[in-house]
Amino acid sequence: MNDILTIILVLIGAPIIGCLASGIDRKITARLQGRVGPPLLQPYYDVKKLLSKDNMVVNPSQNFYVVVYLAFIILSLFMLVFKQDFLMIIFVYTVASVALVVGGMSTGSPYARIGSSREIMAILSYEPVLILYALAIYLLTGTFKLSALLDASSPLLMYTPLIFIAMIVVLNIKLKKSPFDYSTSHHGHQELIKGMTTEYGGPGFATIEIAHFYEYVFLTGLIFLFWASTPVIGVLIGIIAYLLVIVIDNITARVYWQWMLKLSWTILLVISLVNIAYLYVSGVKLV
Amino acid sequence: MSLAKSPWIIHVNCNSCNGCDIEVVACLTPLYDAERFGVLNIGTPKQADIMVVTGSVNYKNVNVLKNIYNQIPDPKVVLAVGACASTGGIFHDCYNVIGGVDQVIPVDAYVPGCCPRPEAILDGVVAALSILENKKKGNIKGKEVKLKGNEVPSNA
Repeated sequence: MNDILTIILVLIGAPIIGCLASGIDRKITARLQGRVGPPLLQPYYDVKKLLSKDNMVVNPSQNFYVVVYLAFIILSLFMLVFKQDFLMIIFVYTVASVALVVGGMSTGSPYARIGSSREIMAILSYEPVLILYALAIYLLTGTFKLSALLDASSPLLMYTPLIFIAMIVVLNIKLKKSPFDYSTSHHGHQELIKGMTTEYGGPGFATIEIAHFYEYVFLTGLIFLFWASTPVIGVLIGIIAYLLVIVIDNITARVYWQWMLKLSWTILLVISLVNIAYLYVSGVKLV
Repeated sequence: MSLAKSPWIIHVNCNSCNGCDIEVVACLTPLYDAERFGVLNIGTPKQADIMVVTGSVNYKNVNVLKNIYNQIPDPKVVLAVGACASTGGIFHDCYNVIGGVDQVIPVDAYVPGCCPRPEAILDGVVAALSILENKKKGNIKGKEVKLKGNEVPSNA
Protein backbone atom coordinates (compact mmCIF):
# COMPACT_ATOMS: atom_id res chain seq x y z
CA MET A 1 0.00 0.00 0.00
CA ASN A 2 2.78 2.38 0.97
CA ASP A 3 4.74 1.46 -2.16
CA ILE A 4 1.75 2.16 -4.41
CA LEU A 5 1.36 5.61 -2.82
CA THR A 6 5.05 6.31 -3.46
CA ILE A 7 4.72 5.22 -7.11
CA ILE A 8 1.75 7.55 -7.66
CA LEU A 9 3.56 10.43 -5.93
CA VAL A 10 6.68 9.98 -8.08
CA LEU A 11 4.68 9.58 -11.31
CA ILE A 12 2.76 12.83 -10.72
CA GLY A 13 5.26 14.84 -8.67
CA ALA A 14 8.44 14.35 -10.72
CA PRO A 15 7.16 15.99 -13.95
CA ILE A 16 5.82 18.95 -11.95
CA ILE A 17 9.20 19.48 -10.25
CA GLY A 18 11.01 18.97 -13.55
CA CYS A 19 8.72 21.43 -15.34
CA LEU A 20 9.37 24.07 -12.68
CA ALA A 21 13.11 23.38 -12.88
CA SER A 22 13.02 23.82 -16.65
CA GLY A 23 11.07 27.06 -16.28
CA ILE A 24 13.52 28.39 -13.68
CA ASP A 25 16.32 27.46 -16.08
CA ARG A 26 14.82 29.54 -18.89
CA LYS A 27 14.04 32.44 -16.56
CA ILE A 28 17.57 32.58 -15.10
CA THR A 29 19.08 32.22 -18.57
CA ALA A 30 17.01 35.18 -19.79
CA ARG A 31 17.98 37.27 -16.77
CA LEU A 32 21.68 36.52 -17.27
CA GLN A 33 21.35 37.66 -20.91
CA GLY A 34 19.58 40.89 -19.96
CA ARG A 35 16.13 39.79 -21.11
CA VAL A 36 12.79 39.60 -19.32
CA GLY A 37 12.26 35.99 -20.21
CA PRO A 38 9.19 33.76 -20.60
CA PRO A 39 6.73 33.04 -17.79
CA LEU A 40 7.74 30.39 -15.27
CA LEU A 41 5.24 27.82 -16.60
CA GLN A 42 6.43 28.16 -20.23
CA PRO A 43 7.61 24.50 -20.53
CA TYR A 44 4.12 23.41 -19.46
CA TYR A 45 2.54 25.58 -22.16
CA ASP A 46 4.97 24.17 -24.71
CA VAL A 47 4.12 20.56 -23.86
CA LYS A 48 0.39 21.32 -23.87
CA LYS A 49 0.71 22.92 -27.30
CA LEU A 50 2.80 20.07 -28.71
CA LEU A 51 0.23 17.52 -27.54
CA SER A 52 -2.50 19.38 -29.44
CA LYS A 53 -0.62 19.38 -32.76
CA ASP A 54 -0.78 16.80 -35.52
CA ASN A 55 1.58 13.86 -35.23
CA MET A 56 3.99 13.86 -38.17
CA VAL A 57 6.34 10.93 -38.53
CA VAL A 58 9.06 10.27 -41.06
CA ASN A 59 9.63 6.68 -40.06
CA PRO A 60 6.61 4.80 -38.61
CA SER A 61 8.74 3.30 -35.85
CA GLN A 62 10.40 6.48 -34.59
CA ASN A 63 7.83 7.23 -31.88
CA PHE A 64 8.27 3.74 -30.43
CA TYR A 65 11.84 4.62 -29.42
CA VAL A 66 10.59 7.76 -27.71
CA VAL A 67 8.17 5.71 -25.62
CA VAL A 68 11.04 3.34 -24.73
CA TYR A 69 13.11 6.37 -23.68
CA LEU A 70 10.32 7.67 -21.43
CA ALA A 71 9.60 4.24 -19.91
CA PHE A 72 13.22 3.54 -19.02
CA ILE A 73 13.77 7.02 -17.55
CA ILE A 74 10.73 6.48 -15.30
CA LEU A 75 11.96 2.98 -14.42
CA SER A 76 15.40 4.26 -13.42
CA LEU A 77 13.79 6.99 -11.32
CA PHE A 78 11.65 4.38 -9.55
CA MET A 79 14.72 2.24 -8.87
CA LEU A 80 16.40 5.29 -7.35
CA VAL A 81 13.38 6.06 -5.16
CA PHE A 82 13.08 2.45 -3.97
CA LYS A 83 16.84 2.37 -3.18
CA GLN A 84 17.73 -0.51 -5.52
CA ASP A 85 21.08 -1.65 -6.90
CA PHE A 86 23.01 1.40 -8.14
CA LEU A 87 24.87 -0.49 -10.87
CA MET A 88 21.55 -1.67 -12.30
CA ILE A 89 20.21 1.89 -12.23
CA ILE A 90 23.14 3.00 -14.40
CA PHE A 91 22.45 0.19 -16.90
CA VAL A 92 18.74 0.98 -17.13
CA TYR A 93 19.51 4.67 -17.57
CA THR A 94 21.97 3.87 -20.38
CA VAL A 95 19.25 1.90 -22.18
CA ALA A 96 17.09 5.04 -22.08
CA SER A 97 19.88 7.18 -23.56
CA VAL A 98 20.59 4.62 -26.28
CA ALA A 99 16.88 4.46 -27.17
CA LEU A 100 16.91 8.17 -27.95
CA VAL A 101 20.03 7.72 -30.07
CA VAL A 102 18.45 4.89 -32.07
CA GLY A 103 15.31 6.96 -32.52
CA GLY A 104 17.34 9.82 -33.90
CA MET A 105 19.20 7.49 -36.24
CA SER A 106 15.99 5.87 -37.50
CA THR A 107 14.64 9.11 -38.99
CA GLY A 108 17.37 9.29 -41.59
CA SER A 109 17.77 13.05 -41.45
CA PRO A 110 21.44 14.06 -41.72
CA TYR A 111 21.09 16.47 -38.81
CA ALA A 112 19.58 13.77 -36.63
CA ARG A 113 22.35 11.36 -37.61
CA ILE A 114 25.12 13.78 -36.69
CA GLY A 115 23.36 14.60 -33.43
CA SER A 116 23.00 10.92 -32.59
CA SER A 117 26.68 10.27 -33.32
CA ARG A 118 27.63 13.07 -30.97
CA GLU A 119 25.27 11.77 -28.31
CA ILE A 120 27.00 8.37 -28.51
CA MET A 121 30.28 10.21 -27.88
CA ALA A 122 28.67 11.88 -24.86
CA ILE A 123 27.55 8.48 -23.51
CA LEU A 124 31.09 7.20 -24.06
CA SER A 125 32.41 10.15 -22.05
CA TYR A 126 30.26 10.00 -18.94
CA GLU A 127 29.77 6.23 -18.47
CA PRO A 128 33.21 5.51 -16.88
CA VAL A 129 32.70 8.26 -14.31
CA LEU A 130 29.30 6.86 -13.35
CA ILE A 131 30.75 3.35 -13.00
CA LEU A 132 33.52 4.70 -10.75
CA TYR A 133 30.86 6.49 -8.69
CA ALA A 134 29.13 3.13 -8.19
CA LEU A 135 32.48 1.59 -7.26
CA ALA A 136 33.05 4.28 -4.63
CA ILE A 137 29.64 3.51 -3.10
CA TYR A 138 30.60 -0.18 -3.04
CA LEU A 139 33.95 0.49 -1.35
CA LEU A 140 32.37 2.68 1.31
CA THR A 141 29.32 0.57 2.17
CA GLY A 142 30.25 -2.94 1.04
CA THR A 143 27.20 -3.22 -1.22
CA PHE A 144 25.81 -1.65 -4.40
CA LYS A 145 22.39 -1.24 -2.79
CA LEU A 146 21.50 2.37 -2.05
CA SER A 147 19.57 1.49 1.10
CA ALA A 148 22.93 1.21 2.89
CA LEU A 149 23.62 4.90 2.25
CA LEU A 150 20.64 6.03 4.32
CA ASP A 151 21.94 4.55 7.57
CA ALA A 152 25.53 5.62 6.92
CA SER A 153 27.30 7.25 9.86
CA SER A 154 28.64 10.20 7.83
CA PRO A 155 27.76 11.56 4.35
CA LEU A 156 29.37 10.23 1.18
CA LEU A 157 30.71 13.66 0.19
CA MET A 158 33.26 13.63 3.04
CA TYR A 159 35.21 10.84 1.33
CA THR A 160 34.38 11.43 -2.36
CA PRO A 161 34.95 15.16 -3.06
CA LEU A 162 36.80 14.51 -6.34
CA ILE A 163 34.05 12.27 -7.69
CA PHE A 164 31.58 15.01 -6.77
CA ILE A 165 33.45 17.44 -9.04
CA ALA A 166 33.41 14.85 -11.82
CA MET A 167 29.67 14.28 -11.31
CA ILE A 168 28.95 18.00 -11.74
CA VAL A 169 30.51 17.77 -15.22
CA VAL A 170 28.51 14.60 -15.92
CA LEU A 171 25.36 16.49 -14.91
CA ASN A 172 26.35 19.17 -17.42
CA ILE A 173 26.81 16.58 -20.17
CA LYS A 174 23.56 14.76 -19.43
CA LEU A 175 21.40 17.87 -19.18
CA LYS A 176 22.79 18.85 -22.62
CA LYS A 177 23.92 22.23 -21.44
CA SER A 178 26.74 24.32 -22.86
CA PRO A 179 29.71 23.63 -23.32
CA PHE A 180 28.44 20.10 -24.12
CA ASP A 181 25.11 20.94 -25.79
CA TYR A 182 25.92 19.73 -29.28
CA SER A 183 23.71 16.65 -29.56
CA THR A 184 20.39 18.42 -28.99
CA SER A 185 20.79 22.14 -29.08
CA HIS A 186 18.14 24.29 -27.40
CA HIS A 187 18.54 26.92 -30.07
CA GLY A 188 17.18 25.54 -33.31
CA HIS A 189 18.81 28.01 -35.65
CA GLN A 190 22.37 26.85 -35.29
CA GLU A 191 24.65 24.49 -37.16
CA LEU A 192 22.70 21.37 -36.17
CA ILE A 193 19.05 22.30 -36.40
CA LYS A 194 17.80 20.41 -33.36
CA GLY A 195 20.24 17.53 -33.38
CA MET A 196 18.65 14.20 -32.51
CA THR A 197 15.12 15.57 -32.19
CA THR A 198 14.99 17.35 -35.55
CA GLU A 199 12.43 15.03 -37.14
CA TYR A 200 10.12 14.77 -34.14
CA GLY A 201 7.03 16.92 -34.02
CA GLY A 202 3.84 17.18 -32.05
CA PRO A 203 3.08 14.47 -29.45
CA GLY A 204 6.35 12.63 -30.11
CA PHE A 205 8.38 15.69 -29.22
CA ALA A 206 6.11 16.36 -26.23
CA THR A 207 6.97 12.87 -24.94
CA ILE A 208 10.67 13.73 -25.18
CA GLU A 209 10.04 16.93 -23.21
CA ILE A 210 8.13 15.04 -20.48
CA ALA A 211 10.96 12.50 -20.31
CA HIS A 212 13.36 15.42 -19.88
CA PHE A 213 11.31 16.56 -16.87
CA TYR A 214 11.74 13.14 -15.29
CA GLU A 215 15.42 13.23 -16.18
CA TYR A 216 15.95 16.52 -14.34
CA VAL A 217 14.66 14.90 -11.16
CA PHE A 218 16.66 11.71 -11.70
CA LEU A 219 19.98 13.48 -12.28
CA THR A 220 19.47 15.76 -9.29
CA GLY A 221 18.75 12.59 -7.33
CA LEU A 222 22.19 11.24 -8.27
CA ILE A 223 23.73 14.37 -6.72
CA PHE A 224 21.40 13.97 -3.71
CA LEU A 225 23.08 10.62 -2.91
CA PHE A 226 26.24 12.45 -1.84
CA TRP A 227 24.46 13.57 1.36
CA ALA A 228 21.66 11.05 1.67
CA SER A 229 22.08 10.61 5.44
CA THR A 230 20.40 13.99 6.08
CA PRO A 231 17.90 14.49 3.22
CA VAL A 232 17.47 18.27 3.64
CA ILE A 233 21.16 18.97 2.97
CA GLY A 234 21.10 16.45 0.12
CA VAL A 235 18.24 18.27 -1.63
CA LEU A 236 20.04 21.59 -1.09
CA ILE A 237 23.23 20.22 -2.68
CA GLY A 238 21.20 18.95 -5.62
CA ILE A 239 19.58 22.38 -6.14
CA ILE A 240 22.93 24.18 -5.83
CA ALA A 241 24.51 21.80 -8.37
CA TYR A 242 21.61 22.44 -10.78
CA LEU A 243 21.94 26.23 -10.46
CA LEU A 244 25.70 25.93 -10.98
CA VAL A 245 25.05 24.00 -14.22
CA ILE A 246 22.72 26.78 -15.42
CA VAL A 247 25.39 29.41 -14.73
CA ILE A 248 28.04 27.33 -16.52
CA ASP A 249 25.60 27.00 -19.43
CA ASN A 250 25.48 30.76 -19.82
CA ILE A 251 29.17 31.60 -19.46
CA THR A 252 30.67 29.02 -21.83
CA ALA A 253 30.66 28.49 -25.57
CA ARG A 254 30.09 25.19 -27.32
CA VAL A 255 33.16 23.00 -27.78
CA TYR A 256 33.74 20.18 -30.23
CA TRP A 257 33.33 16.62 -29.03
CA GLN A 258 37.04 15.72 -29.09
CA TRP A 259 37.60 18.34 -26.38
CA MET A 260 34.96 16.79 -24.17
CA LEU A 261 36.34 13.29 -24.68
CA LYS A 262 39.83 14.49 -23.76
CA LEU A 263 38.48 16.25 -20.67
CA SER A 264 36.46 13.32 -19.38
CA TRP A 265 38.91 10.53 -20.21
CA THR A 266 41.91 12.33 -18.72
CA ILE A 267 41.02 14.80 -15.98
CA LEU A 268 37.69 13.39 -14.77
CA LEU A 269 38.81 9.78 -14.97
CA VAL A 270 42.12 10.50 -13.22
CA ILE A 271 40.60 12.43 -10.32
CA SER A 272 37.95 9.73 -9.89
CA LEU A 273 40.63 7.02 -9.89
CA VAL A 274 42.68 8.98 -7.33
CA ASN A 275 39.61 9.12 -5.13
CA ILE A 276 39.00 5.36 -5.57
CA ALA A 277 42.63 4.64 -4.74
CA TYR A 278 42.38 6.71 -1.57
CA LEU A 279 39.25 4.82 -0.50
CA TYR A 280 40.92 1.49 -1.28
CA VAL A 281 44.12 2.28 0.65
CA SER A 282 42.54 3.92 3.68
CA GLY A 283 39.83 1.27 3.97
CA VAL A 284 37.15 3.65 5.27
CA LYS A 285 33.78 2.03 5.90
CA LEU A 286 30.64 4.06 6.44
CA VAL A 287 28.46 1.15 7.55
CA MET B 1 -5.33 28.83 -25.41
CA SER B 2 -2.12 26.80 -25.23
CA LEU B 3 -1.26 27.56 -28.84
CA ALA B 4 -1.22 31.30 -28.26
CA LYS B 5 1.13 30.94 -25.31
CA SER B 6 3.95 29.17 -27.10
CA PRO B 7 4.13 29.96 -30.80
CA TRP B 8 7.23 28.50 -32.39
CA ILE B 9 8.52 30.15 -35.51
CA ILE B 10 10.34 28.85 -38.52
CA HIS B 11 11.98 31.54 -40.57
CA VAL B 12 12.18 30.92 -44.34
CA ASN B 13 14.27 33.13 -46.56
CA CYS B 14 13.09 33.26 -50.18
CA ASN B 15 15.87 35.31 -51.77
CA SER B 16 15.40 38.15 -49.34
CA CYS B 17 18.00 40.95 -49.41
CA ASN B 18 18.69 40.19 -45.70
CA GLY B 19 17.03 43.43 -44.59
CA CYS B 20 13.86 41.76 -43.28
CA ASP B 21 15.89 38.85 -41.92
CA ILE B 22 17.91 40.96 -39.53
CA GLU B 23 14.72 42.67 -38.42
CA VAL B 24 13.22 39.24 -37.65
CA VAL B 25 16.36 38.33 -35.72
CA ALA B 26 16.21 41.70 -33.95
CA CYS B 27 12.88 40.58 -32.45
CA LEU B 28 14.76 37.88 -30.55
CA THR B 29 17.44 40.20 -29.15
CA PRO B 30 17.24 41.53 -25.56
CA LEU B 31 15.79 44.86 -26.74
CA TYR B 32 12.52 43.37 -28.05
CA ASP B 33 12.75 39.88 -26.49
CA ALA B 34 10.07 37.89 -28.31
CA GLU B 35 10.60 35.07 -25.81
CA ARG B 36 8.43 37.01 -23.33
CA PHE B 37 5.46 35.69 -25.32
CA GLY B 38 6.97 32.23 -25.64
CA VAL B 39 8.13 32.82 -29.20
CA LEU B 40 11.07 30.60 -30.10
CA ASN B 41 12.93 30.52 -33.39
CA ILE B 42 12.91 26.78 -33.88
CA GLY B 43 14.89 25.57 -36.85
CA THR B 44 12.84 22.62 -37.93
CA PRO B 45 9.43 22.76 -39.66
CA LYS B 46 8.23 19.68 -37.79
CA GLN B 47 7.99 21.62 -34.54
CA ALA B 48 6.87 25.02 -35.88
CA ASP B 49 3.46 26.72 -35.75
CA ILE B 50 4.14 29.98 -37.58
CA MET B 51 6.02 30.20 -40.86
CA VAL B 52 7.70 33.58 -41.30
CA VAL B 53 8.56 34.16 -44.96
CA THR B 54 10.78 37.00 -46.17
CA GLY B 55 11.62 37.86 -49.76
CA SER B 56 9.91 37.42 -53.09
CA VAL B 57 9.14 33.99 -54.51
CA ASN B 58 10.86 33.06 -57.75
CA TYR B 59 11.13 29.95 -59.90
CA LYS B 60 14.30 28.81 -58.16
CA ASN B 61 12.95 28.59 -54.62
CA VAL B 62 9.25 27.95 -55.09
CA ASN B 63 9.59 24.20 -54.54
CA VAL B 64 11.65 24.71 -51.39
CA LEU B 65 8.94 26.98 -50.00
CA LYS B 66 6.18 24.47 -50.78
CA ASN B 67 8.22 21.63 -49.31
CA ILE B 68 8.74 23.43 -46.02
CA TYR B 69 5.08 24.47 -45.90
CA ASN B 70 3.95 20.86 -46.34
CA GLN B 71 6.20 19.69 -43.49
CA ILE B 72 4.59 21.89 -40.83
CA PRO B 73 1.97 19.99 -38.81
CA ASP B 74 -1.54 21.47 -38.54
CA PRO B 75 -2.68 23.95 -37.25
CA LYS B 76 -0.30 26.36 -38.96
CA VAL B 77 -0.27 29.95 -40.14
CA VAL B 78 1.91 31.78 -42.65
CA LEU B 79 3.19 35.29 -41.99
CA ALA B 80 4.56 37.27 -44.93
CA VAL B 81 7.11 39.80 -43.66
CA GLY B 82 8.11 42.75 -45.81
CA ALA B 83 7.03 44.25 -49.08
CA CYS B 84 8.63 41.53 -51.20
CA ALA B 85 6.89 38.68 -49.40
CA SER B 86 3.56 40.51 -49.51
CA THR B 87 3.41 41.53 -53.17
CA GLY B 88 6.80 41.04 -54.76
CA GLY B 89 7.91 44.55 -53.89
CA ILE B 90 10.34 46.27 -56.24
CA PHE B 91 11.13 42.92 -57.87
CA HIS B 92 7.51 42.44 -58.92
CA ASP B 93 8.12 42.85 -62.67
CA CYS B 94 11.34 40.86 -62.90
CA TYR B 95 11.24 37.99 -65.39
CA ASN B 96 11.94 35.23 -62.87
CA VAL B 97 9.76 36.47 -60.00
CA ILE B 98 6.37 34.87 -59.40
CA GLY B 99 5.30 37.56 -56.93
CA GLY B 100 4.24 37.49 -53.29
CA VAL B 101 4.06 34.39 -51.16
CA ASP B 102 0.28 34.25 -51.59
CA GLN B 103 0.74 33.27 -55.23
CA VAL B 104 2.04 29.89 -54.04
CA ILE B 105 0.78 29.08 -50.53
CA PRO B 106 -2.11 30.53 -48.50
CA VAL B 107 -0.97 33.51 -46.39
CA ASP B 108 -2.79 34.46 -43.19
CA ALA B 109 -1.15 37.73 -42.18
CA TYR B 110 0.94 40.37 -43.93
CA VAL B 111 3.52 42.72 -42.42
CA PRO B 112 4.16 45.40 -45.05
CA GLY B 113 7.14 47.74 -45.02
CA CYS B 114 10.66 47.93 -46.31
CA CYS B 115 12.00 47.04 -43.84
CA PRO B 116 9.21 46.45 -41.34
CA ARG B 117 10.16 47.52 -37.83
CA PRO B 118 10.54 44.80 -35.19
CA GLU B 119 7.47 46.21 -33.41
CA ALA B 120 5.46 45.65 -36.59
CA ILE B 121 6.75 42.08 -36.91
CA LEU B 122 5.80 41.31 -33.31
CA ASP B 123 2.40 42.87 -34.05
CA GLY B 124 2.04 40.54 -37.02
CA VAL B 125 2.93 37.52 -34.90
CA VAL B 126 0.29 38.51 -32.32
CA ALA B 127 -2.27 38.95 -35.14
CA ALA B 128 -1.32 35.50 -36.46
CA LEU B 129 -1.89 33.98 -33.01
CA SER B 130 -5.62 34.69 -33.00
CA ILE B 131 -5.89 33.15 -36.48
CA LEU B 132 -3.98 30.13 -35.16
CA GLU B 133 -6.46 29.75 -32.29
CA ASN B 134 -9.41 29.98 -34.70
CA LYS B 135 -7.84 27.31 -36.90
CA LYS B 136 -7.45 25.08 -33.87
CA LYS B 137 -11.09 25.60 -32.83
CA GLY B 138 -12.47 25.09 -36.32
CA ASN B 139 -10.04 22.23 -37.01
CA ILE B 140 -9.03 23.93 -40.28
CA LYS B 141 -6.32 22.04 -42.12
CA GLY B 142 -3.70 23.71 -44.24
CA LYS B 143 -3.95 23.41 -47.99
CA GLU B 144 -2.07 20.47 -49.49
CA VAL B 145 0.30 22.19 -51.91
CA LYS B 146 1.53 20.19 -54.90
CA LEU B 147 5.23 20.48 -55.65
CA LYS B 148 4.64 20.28 -59.43
CA GLY B 149 2.50 23.38 -59.80
CA ASN B 150 1.65 25.33 -62.93
CA GLU B 151 3.86 28.30 -62.13
CA VAL B 152 7.00 26.90 -63.72
CA PRO B 153 7.21 28.34 -67.26
CA SER B 154 7.47 25.74 -70.01
CA ASN B 155 10.64 27.27 -71.43
CA ALA B 156 12.49 27.39 -68.08
